[in-house]
Amino acid sequence: MERSSEKPIGQVPSSRLTIRSFFEAIFQFIIDAVDTLFSRLQTLIGIKGMAYFFVLPNLLIFSVFILGPMLLNFLYAFTGGNSIFLQNRTFVGAENMEMLFTCSNFMDPNTCREDLFIRAVGNTAIFVVTQVVWMIVVSLFTALLLNRRIAGRGFFRSVFFYPVLLSPIVVGLMWRWILQENGILNSAIVSLGGEKIGFLSTASWARLWVVVISIWSTMGFYTLILLAGLQSIPLELYEAADIDGANEYRKFWGITLPLLMPTMLVVVVLSTIRAVQVFDVVFAFTGGGPGTATFYIVHYIFNNGFASATKEFGLASGASLFMASVLIIFTLVQLRLRGVDESS
Amino acid sequence: MQNQSGSRIMEFFSNTRGVSKLHLTDILTYLYLFLGTLLMFGPVLWLVFSSFKTPGELTRFPPRIAPYRQETAVVPGYDDPLPLFEVTMEDGSITTLARIRRVGLEAQMVDPANPEEVIRTSNTDLVPIESIVFSADNYREGIESFNFARYFLNSLVVTILATMLTLLVNSMAAFSLSKYQYRGRNTIFLVIISTLMVPISVILVPAFLIITEIGWNNNLLGVIVPGAATPTGVFLLRQYMLTIPDELLDSARIDGASEWRIYAQIILPLAAPALAVLTIFSVMWRWNDFLWPKIVLTRSELFTLQVGLNAFQGDLQIQWHLILAMTVLTILPITLVFGILQKYITTGIATTGMK
Repeated sequence: MERSSEKPIGQVPSSRLTIRSFFEAIFQFIIDAVDTLFSRLQTLIGIKGMAYFFVLPNLLIFSVFILGPMLLNFLYAFTGGNSIFLQNRTFVGAENMEMLFTCSNFMDPNTCREDLFIRAVGNTAIFVVTQVVWMIVVSLFTALLLNRRIAGRGFFRSVFFYPVLLSPIVVGLMWRWILQENGILNSAIVSLGGEKIGFLSTASWARLWVVVISIWSTMGFYTLILLAGLQSIPLELYEAADIDGANEYRKFWGITLPLLMPTMLVVVVLSTIRAVQVFDVVFAFTGGGPGTATFYIVHYIFNNGFASATKEFGLASGASLFMASVLIIFTLVQLRLRGVDESS
Repeated sequence: MQNQSGSRIMEFFSNTRGVSKLHLTDILTYLYLFLGTLLMFGPVLWLVFSSFKTPGELTRFPPRIAPYRQETAVVPGYDDPLPLFEVTMEDGSITTLARIRRVGLEAQMVDPANPEEVIRTSNTDLVPIESIVFSADNYREGIESFNFARYFLNSLVVTILATMLTLLVNSMAAFSLSKYQYRGRNTIFLVIISTLMVPISVILVPAFLIITEIGWNNNLLGVIVPGAATPTGVFLLRQYMLTIPDELLDSARIDGASEWRIYAQIILPLAAPALAVLTIFSVMWRWNDFLWPKIVLTRSELFTLQVGLNAFQGDLQIQWHLILAMTVLTILPITLVFGILQKYITTGIATTGMK
């Protein structure tokens, strides 16, 4: 007993405290130094002025790098030429848009003037629908299981979340390594008596795996949100249902699902918006191939604006505008669902 | 009848089951969760194991899980270490010999104990002597040829500075938008949140023009600043700050605190949970960001890890042994941070992130 109190057990927190108070002192010093400056500013411009002052830095960065570019996009979309500088570009009207959307038969990309874009749109649409549907199914299933009375819920929750932290490039490379011709999955298939499958060289397999790995790498996030939604359902409702003699089936359809709906809608919209932007992971995984099987809209924008030798900024911006309008529709839907306009 | 079977299925998902006895559904649940664990960690473990293998071992099919490496011996008279084999001699005995070279089907071997005499055997009779070695060769070679330290430093600088800038400007804006009444406030807020989901990928071309005009091409500032005014951050912090009672601010004003002091010493500490979540998001976004840094940074000494890693795999011949090692190093920091803070990260995102 005596010895243990001699041990530096008491010292650990105290040394930690010193480090902490050291940082706090620095923080305090900065706040005080800035305060003398900003107090003077406040006497000049008043409290109202300070309110504008606080919003200013964010608004400045936002206007220059987000809002401004969004508007400039239109200038690019309606001008031609290969220069990025607007003064060197000539007005061409809707030519870029026409180029992107001229097809004699929209079902057949070969009949389109810019068939690569139509293919990218088609690929993206199919990807978004399959990915979102399966994402919801898998993450809802996982969340429901995690919501049961199980040991180690926190651990499993973290396990499923871990891939969310990995960068898309890492995820793409990692799965490419697993699925390559001589990879571990093919070796498992061969050892079970099958034949090697060209997962990355067959269009339908590549498409399927892009969906699988994007679910693999993001489902933890949506599981987390859905689990939080499930846990916010008041237990009294289930108790009341028990008293009324409701079975599990009734409880799920009558209580769980309706009360989870708002969270589900958030998940649907968030995952849709993310799926529309799919690029990095596929870029590292298949590079858009085989052929154009996994070529998506952002890849098209990237290629035309930056990767190819002749830069078609007009086409890139036209495609951007198209994608932005799709995303803004989703965003507005989401804001309505989250009830933001009422609270502001 | 259908209701009955449906009920049994639904029971599976029920959260009202007691822990007193282990039901079949509990066993299935754990089975699923353990399979899930395997599926989530398996690919990463496979990556880690592979990263220790020699280039020769990496092309082996079918692959072996553990990183085997042929043993070598330094034999006097030969510059390079020679690979060791077990050889069945003509008299039936088995000895360990080192191979000098192979000539067609024949191998020239030498006994490390007796380096003078060259033994000729058939190459097909040789059984390589291997052991499991977690060698750092790939890592050493990768770090030398890949400029890892440089990319790592760039990623670190971008992530830390961008996160600090994001926290500062977003919290100031959120404070202003949640605690003051002024003309244009609602307009500003609506404009900001209407771009909540507009990613940089839809404004690539014009954003690149602006970076070019400012002269931030090939400058880490061009990566750090544009993403700092995140609508997500403003939205998240504002919603949180709305729950802080205005009376606190009023009484501080009566005590003579300036608006800045109210922001820094009342609002910020109280909004700590939301700030923590934004920190997690920002670190994640910035460390993993690829497309925008790739466009802004074309000089390789400015590459972030993700851009470097991608450029490395784009080289003519895919050098998997180096890529795998570098990929492991790239995920190491974020894995360590997650390992330590996982409870706070998941709880934080679950409770604050989605308000």
